[in-house]
Amino acid sequence: MNLEEYKGVYVFAQQVDNVMNGIAFELIGKGKDLAETLGTEVTAVLVGSDVRGLADELAEYGADKVIVVDDPELKEYRTEPYAHALASVIEKYKPEIFLVGATAIGRDLGPRVSARVHTGLTADCTQLEIGDYPMNPIPGREQKHNQLLMTRPAFGGNTIATIACPDFRPQMATVRPGVMQKRPKVEGAKANVEEFNPGFTPNGNYVEILEVVKAVTDTVDIMEAQILVSGGRGVGSAENFKLLDELAEVLGGTVSCSRAVVDAGWKPKDLQVGQTGKTVRPNVYFAIGISGAIQHLAGMEESDLIIAINKDETAPIFDVADYGIVGDLNKIVPALTEKLRAEAAVK
Amino acid sequence: MKIVVCIKQVPDTKGGVKFNPDGTLDRAAMMTIMNPDDKAGLEAALRLKDQYGAEVTALTMGLPKAADVLREAIAMGADRGILVTDRVLGGADTWATSQTLAGALRNLEYDLIITGRQAIDGDTAQVGPQISEHLNIPVISYAQKLRIEGDSVVVERQFDDRYHVLKAKMPCLITALAELNEPRYMTPGGIFDACSAEITVWGRNDLKDVDDSNLGLKGSPTQIAKASDKVRKGVGEKVALDPAEAVDYIVGKLKEKHVI
Repeated sequence: MNLEEYKGVYVFAQQVDNVMNGIAFELIGKGKDLAETLGTEVTAVLVGSDVRGLADELAEYGADKVIVVDDPELKEYRTEPYAHALASVIEKYKPEIFLVGATAIGRDLGPRVSARVHTGLTADCTQLEIGDYPMNPIPGREQKHNQLLMTRPAFGGNTIATIACPDFRPQMATVRPGVMQKRPKVEGAKANVEEFNPGFTPNGNYVEILEVVKAVTDTVDIMEAQILVSGGRGVGSAENFKLLDELAEVLGGTVSCSRAVVDAGWKPKDLQVGQTGKTVRPNVYFAIGISGAIQHLAGMEESDLIIAINKDETAPIFDVADYGIVGDLNKIVPALTEKLRAEAAVK
Repeated sequence: MKIVVCIKQVPDTKGGVKFNPDGTLDRAAMMTIMNPDDKAGLEAALRLKDQYGAEVTALTMGLPKAADVLREAIAMGADRGILVTDRVLGGADTWATSQTLAGALRNLEYDLIITGRQAIDGDTAQVGPQISEHLNIPVISYAQKLRIEGDSVVVERQFDDRYHVLKAKMPCLITALAELNEPRYMTPGGIFDACSAEITVWGRNDLKDVDDSNLGLKGSPTQIAKASDKVRKGVGEKVALDPAEAVDYIVGKLKEKHVI
């Protein structure tokens, strides 16, 4: 493998039902930072059926170029044709970096693609930068420059590791949604669009889609919320979440929850914060009746301000909270809502 | 039907996490368990065995002590356990791990390979799909329900806001979510069998069609540049107040931070 042949930062622009997923813009935003350091460009790879119309939106968020792989076989996500699309793009265009969102789709697609093109893949990265590998010079060993250094949590968020992929290209990472910043939208920006179709012939690895079942939900995206009012097992029941709904309403926030709440069937999975749920970093995170399992902390500890209310003074949530109140949520939360309502009325 | 379940012995990070006073992880204080998603995968295989009479093989790669997790699998109802262990396999990333397991699987007959979605120590969710690529068989990850239909498997595959019902011809690889089922307990008879069961042990030379350049630390494209236990954010203020005082306290902080 001639590493010098590989140029440019590429990102997988995930769409579902011909709607761009926010992760695509986040990857472009981070990709721009990396590309500027390397003196190269960001190319978004848009895969689907009848998706050409989405290319300009990618340009508005900063993509220098868009490669469109458009084929009827790509209408619904399936591992094999999507893996074929990305692996073919990699073989033809030879990118030095390829980023994929660590979504349910990206975490399925990334490993299959990396195995096909024989390169490394670092999962669920929360930080990406260009640097040297080894990071500090080691006598008698070559130090490579301009390497992608990929940082990720492991052990349920208890440890962090920085990974490099010095001898294979592209350097691939899946990137956790909600962590990278997208760039401000530039209205009217146009992409340099190139169409590429490697040909899609169904083989034994194509699975058949019998049915697509969409969850009936009118919930908002907790990753977009500025204020989250999050409840845990300590809330006690689905009904009792109305205390949190009311607090969220008066603050203009959104209700989210811990895994225990989803397991109990009180709230849907898409409101779950944590390792197996979503990573959030709102301006304010209220943790109410949440003990703070390590998997939960991994999904919210980057929040700007964390306020915890819990009756158990030894709850681990207090270790990450900026302000912790040991007390009964059933008394504090309604009183807080009332007080905030009164404050708002005065204004 | 023949099913191979890939399982991993992992440190128990759920509940049993211990910290040193400086905020780093106290690994010595942690127990090892069968990875939860893998256990759900094993349970799924055992249910297929109950229903259709499958032969279930548990396969793991690890240090010699990982034989414990195979004995646990046998105690739950697996028919046999295979441990792949060799010094030259150490330090493997997901590429080298999946190459190793694929090399072991090439010696076995299978209609279904089931792995857990991800292990709680690495959290990568990569090894299952990578094995399927090396073996050139279809993969369905994130399985929340599955059934057999003739020579095919029908799987509910979870996505963020939806699920797909997918049908794949066997042989096929499936990665299981812990949500798939509630794993059974070991039975007394099973534990008795497990104690006397012969664990098959394979080394490097037992792996089929794998090049040395794809194994162990040297065969791993990804390399660790730096690793550290995460030092948690400093503890903030913690107060115990009666409800009225608590409200004033919170409102005061929200004002101080210009939230309201």
